[in-house]
Parts: sequence; C-alpha cells; structure tokens
Amino acid sequence: MSVLVYTEAENGKFKKNALEVASYAHKVAQEMGTTVTAVSFNVADNSSLETYGVSKVLKINNDSLGTFNANAYAMALAEAVQKEDIKVIILSSSTDSKYVAALLAGKLQAGYAPNVVAAPDSINPMVVKRTAFSNKGYAHTEINTEIKIIGVSNNAYGVHENKTSLSEEDFSPSIDDSAFSTKSVNVDKVAGEVTIADAEVVVSAGRGLKGPENWGMIEELAGVLGAATACSKPVSDMGWRSHGEHVGQTGKPVASNLYIAIGISGAIQHLAGVSASKVKVVINTDPEAPFFKAADYGIVGDAFVVVPKLIEKLKEFKAQNA
Amino acid sequence: MKILVCISNVPDTTSKINFTQDNTQFDTTGVQFVINPNDEFGLTRAMWFKEKQGATVHVATVGGANVEPTMRKALAIGADEAIRINAEPTDGFFVAQQLAEVIKNGEYDLVIAGRESIDYNGGMVPGIIAALLNMNFVNTCTGLEIEGDKATAFREIDGGKETLSSSLPLIIGGQKGLVEESDLRIPNMRGIMMARQKKLNVVEPVNATHATADKSFDKPAPKGAVKLVDPENIDELIDLLHNEANVI
Ligand SMILES: Cc1cc2nc3c(=O)[nH]c(=O)nc-3n(C[C@H](O)[C@H](O)[C@H](O)COP(=O)(O)OP(=O)(O)OC[C@H]3O[C@@H](n4cnc5c(N)ncnc54)[C@H](O)[C@@H]3O)c2cc1C
Repeated sequence: MSVLVYTEAENGKFKKNALEVASYAHKVAQEMGTTVTAVSFNVADNSSLETYGVSKVLKINNDSLGTFNANAYAMALAEAVQKEDIKVIILSSSTDSKYVAALLAGKLQAGYAPNVVAAPDSINPMVVKRTAFSNKGYAHTEINTEIKIIGVSNNAYGVHENKTSLSEEDFSPSIDDSAFSTKSVNVDKVAGEVTIADAEVVVSAGRGLKGPENWGMIEELAGVLGAATACSKPVSDMGWRSHGEHVGQTGKPVASNLYIAIGISGAIQHLAGVSASKVKVVINTDPEAPFFKAADYGIVGDAFVVVPKLIEKLKEFKAQNA
Repeated sequence: MKILVCISNVPDTTSKINFTQDNTQFDTTGVQFVINPNDEFGLTRAMWFKEKQGATVHVATVGGANVEPTMRKALAIGADEAIRINAEPTDGFFVAQQLAEVIKNGEYDLVIAGRESIDYNGGMVPGIIAALLNMNFVNTCTGLEIEGDKATAFREIDGGKETLSSSLPLIIGGQKGLVEESDLRIPNMRGIMMARQKKLNVVEPVNATHATADKSFDKPAPKGAVKLVDPENIDELIDLLHNEANVI
C-alpha cells in the first residue's frame, strides 16, 4: 500500500525531476502513514533516492528498455502497481511521463491529475491543486478512483531532503511484445545541451530581434547563465529558430527559476506558457509592451545595446562568484 | 483509410479566464469558443490524408448542443461527417471512454486527438483511449506519414525529436508541426454551404466513470508592479537577481 513513484532517468542517471517527484511522494506517503516505493529503469546507482525519502526501489535492468518506450514502461509500472498493491502513483509532468501516465490511467482505470503544483489539499478525499486554462487559473481536482495518479509540475514542489534507509530489489516485469509495435527508430537530441524542460534559467527572444542572424548574443547570454534558449511563436513560424524552441500556450511550457524575455511583446498566449516561471525579466524598447505587467524586473531599452552589456556584466559577476 | 479527429471545443486563446458560482464553474460570459489549437493541426493533417490518400474523415466531440458551431466549422474545413456525443465533457477519463465507444463502433484506422486541450489541460484522452482499445499510440506528435498500414511518426521530446515506427490502427496526441501554421484553413463560403448538408450525428453517452472532478478554481495572485532598472545600470539588475530574487 506504499506510494509508487516513477523516477525518470537518462543515460543511467536520475533526472532532477526524479528527485522532485520522490520528495513529493514522500510528503504524500507521510500523510497517508505509509512509505515510498520507486521504480527505476536501467539506473546503475540508485542510492540518491535514499536522500529524498524513498524506502524501496524496484530496479528494472532490461536492455530492450534502454530507449524510452511509453507502452513498455506503462506495462512495467502497471505490474509494479499490482505487485505492491499500490493506490497512489506519482510521476513528473515531463513529456515522457505524461505519455506514460495517460496509458497507465487507461490500463488501471485510474483518475489522473497532471500539472500539480502543490502538496495535496487533502488526502481523503484526494484533492490536488493543478494548473488549468494554460496557467491562467488553478483547478482543485478530486480524484475519485481507487487507484490515483498525480503528475507533479516541474519545479513547483521543489526537491526536499528526507533521509531514509533504502532497500533495493531487482524487478523483471514481463513486457509483452505488443509494447514494441510502436518503437523508436531515431532520437535526435543534442547531448549535453540544457533543455527548456530542465533548465533553471531560460533566455528567450522574439520578433524584436529582427532576424535569425542576431541570435548570437542570445546564445552567448544563455551560455554565460547555463541557460536554455527559447523563442516566441512567430520566430519559430518564420523559421528563425527551430520549432522545439517555441514556448507558450501552443508551444512548450516553461517553469524555470528565471525567464528572460528579450524583444517579446508578451501576448496573452506567450505569457500563458511561461508564467509558471518564478522570476521574469523583460527587455523591450516599448514601455507599453504587455510583458512589463507580467514581469518582476524590466529594462526599457534596445536589446542590441542592453544584451551585450548584460553579457559583459554577467561575465564579471560570474568571475567574482565562481 | 478511415480517420476520426477528436475535437475539443475550447475558449479562444485570448479569452480572459473567470470563474462563477462560488468559483466552481468556468465563466463562459463573453467567451468565444474555437477548435482546440492542437486538434486544428490534426484536422488539417487529416485533410491532407483525405486529399492525397483518399481518406474519409469524421470528427467527434463530447459536448452539449452548444458545441455544434465548432463542429460545423470542422465540417466547413472539410471533414465528411461529425459525431456529437451528447454529454458534458466533465473529465478526461469520461471523455476518453465515450470516444473509445465511437472508435470501436466506427472501426477507424487512425484517430487524431490533440496532445492536450488548452482549457483543462488534461492531456490524457488519447492515451486512455489507446489503453482501453489496445491501439498503438504516439503522443506529442509533430509529424505523421502513413503508407498502407505502416506509420512513421515524429514526436517532440524534451530537448529534441524522436522518430517512431508504428502501424494502424493508431491514435496520436497531435500538436503544432503536424502541419505548418500557414497550412491551417479558414473555412470559405463554399465549405460553409457544404457543411450545412453534411451529417452531424448525435449519439447518447454510454455509462462511464467520472474519474476526477474539478471541485473549485482560483486564479494566480495578482502580480506586484515590475521593478524597472535603468539600461545604464545593469549592475543593479544583477544585484537584484542575485540578492533579492536569488536566481543567479
Ligand atoms: C491560437 C494562437 C496561439 C498562439 N500561441 C503562442 C505561443 O504559444 N507562444 C507565443 O509566443 N505566441 C503565441 N501566439 C502568438 C502571439 O499572439 C503573439 O503574436 C506572439 O507571441 C508575438 O511574438 P513576439 O513577442 O516575438 O513579437 P511581437 O509581438 O512583434 O513583439 C516584438 C517586441 O519586440 C520589441 N522590440 C522591437 N525591437 C526591439 C529592440 N531592438 N530591443 C528590444 N525590444 C524590441 C517590440 O517593442 C515588441 O514588443 C499565439 C497566437 C494565437 C492566435
């Protein structure tokens, strides 16, 4: 009856969101008077889970699961749910976790609440607070089914240490061949690059930059801050930047600690997707640009003057604080 | 090939969001409803399959009579037939069960849904349908090619793109990329006239579980005023970000 958490990994190591969902699961387990059981796929060293409140880990080591496969992962998690008599499943709101969660909900006839931003309002009944209307509002959602699935938003609950003692158990779920009737044939991903989903800082630029040839300073600024780069929708529509960088209501959501918007007006659809970021900075020539109403800090000024100065000053700052 | 496009009827992206009845209901006063943007990309891709590969395209929605203008719009864009399941779309699990019934009865080869609807952001309908009907499933799908019963799908992943091979019957959770923005269609007069002749079937819902219920809503606390920093004084910005906001 413990709380199950799917701890995502990449290249054999836990992702940061794995530790966040583990922290969340610990909170839920505590309130339910039970413990946390994690499931990990092809992770060599599981010991860090011990720091974040996990009491047991079911370790899956299976070469055919080396590349993420939503169906196979859902089968494995469903088997863990049965085996451990699980009633509450916690996972992240990453692209992969959302893919798995919906399949699990169908398989287990479980109610699923995604994009949850806080510890449950109540455990019995289970009511969670989640974003809705593309971050323009929150819904307090009750999950009515026997098995419940909670998808925790990135960077909302935070990573919290809770020292436990961890027992590790090998787990070999039976994965039906049918899982692989949809399978990955190619993954195109720049190794080592900070992704918008995981980044603490996102540097984003819009049509105010005038053309793709001017992105050098945006990339340099991102480089200094260890940030991911993003852009507004028209910038990707015009092919100045790749679609993968488009953030907003119809693009990727951003929930970073710091979001820097350069030459972006702050249209409602853009703001909807980035408002979950904790601190927002805007640099724009137009003091009337709507982004100033949504930002914490702002500079009314020309990006072509301000950004190079900012890069220079940040380099000095980093050198002093290294 | 028989395609079903699942359409969600959502507030236009510019809508102001308010709640009524003691914050338990979304306030639809003055709100304009549209085809969910993710579904519109899917519908447009379905039109391509219709025109280039001779597919038949149906659209389905779970909703009351109030969603019919949105369905008529889908017909005007070029869908052949529409199905409205006459029930309030209260939660994703319920909606998925209703659509699964329509898909089972209609023997569709390809089902195109959106990765999420922009109102309640559940993002679960296509995945639940896939699990209920044992269909192949690709989520956050940004491109789709079909040849015979083989499918090649592209999927957005965090930080990149994945290519998947699959086969029909298949369901996708689609999004931008399935077609380009410039491919989206505004219904023309002829389309609108033709849509009036097309079938809009109303079916009654099957018994299904309400797995979740939105008990109440609230809005983010209003933001304090922006702190403006002089462009000549970048040091102040760095100081604020470091010492006040603690983000660098
Ligand atoms: C259905 C729908 C969905 C949408 N979804 C999204 C979405 O997900 N994401 C998104 O971003 N948009 C989305 N949009 C588009 C949105 O409405 C805006 O058109 C878009 O966000 C504007 O992009 P922008 O801010 O880059 O460009 P603009 O609105 O053109 O703004 C450019 C800004 O740059 C400033 N500027 C100009 N020169 C300089 C300079 N030298 N230095 C500094 N600043 C300068 C200008 O003052 C202006 O404020 C959507 C629209 C619709 C209809």
